[in-house]
Amino acid sequence: MALSVSVQAEDFDVAALQRQLFSGAHEEGAIACFTGYVRSSSAERAVHGMELEHYPGMTERSISGILAQASERWPLLAASVVHRVGRLVAGDQIVWVGVASAHREAAFSACEFIMDYLKNEAPFWKKEEGPQGAHWVDARSGDQARAARWDDDRRA
Amino acid sequence: MLKILFFARVKEELGCAGLDLPWQESVGDLDSLQAQLCREGGARWVEVLGRPNMIRAVNHVVASENTPLHDGDEVAFFPPVTGG
Repeated sequence: MALSVSVQAEDFDVAALQRQLFSGAHEEGAIACFTGYVRSSSAERAVHGMELEHYPGMTERSISGILAQASERWPLLAASVVHRVGRLVAGDQIVWVGVASAHREAAFSACEFIMDYLKNEAPFWKKEEGPQGAHWVDARSGDQARAARWDDDRRA
Repeated sequence: MLKILFFARVKEELGCAGLDLPWQESVGDLDSLQAQLCREGGARWVEVLGRPNMIRAVNHVVASENTPLHDGDEVAFFPPVTGG
């Protein structure tokens, strides 16, 4: 199975990334993709842009681990994550997750699982810039709760 | 030698991206290392590294409790993550 992780400053082309999920054997019945963007406001504050910092080495290892967990949990054919770092402005693409499987349920679920875990575990930090200056974004307890849901599902 | 790294708000607040510490048995686990850094750094380091939400990682893996360290390890201190 093809698992791929890219942490990069450059923008990405979601159509090209989606095509790369195909193995060529036409086993894929479903591909689910998620794209995250920089919003122009956050916690009721205007946001012009942001600086995204990460921990080189640990970031790739952390995301690879999340993809491996997803592939143990669902019958995936391919899974891929692209995450940008550095300077981004409102409207920019930040993150892309793509998952290929034979059926839609695994593709939808794995895509959401990967995104929920990434937000909680991958070492990225956003520093937002707005009219009042720059500030570090605080982690949200809602994000932790979303990831914890999957642990509950597993126990159920 | 231990390689110590700081990220994001922690890096800014300490004014330090990282440092190399000669290996010695007295910093043989995470808690001892943190105590050593605080002794050398002073009150600001005690405050920043002592925050309850501080995350510590050893060789790219988050350590939720005190962990033994070995010569050549990479140790990182950082705040809760906010990617995606």
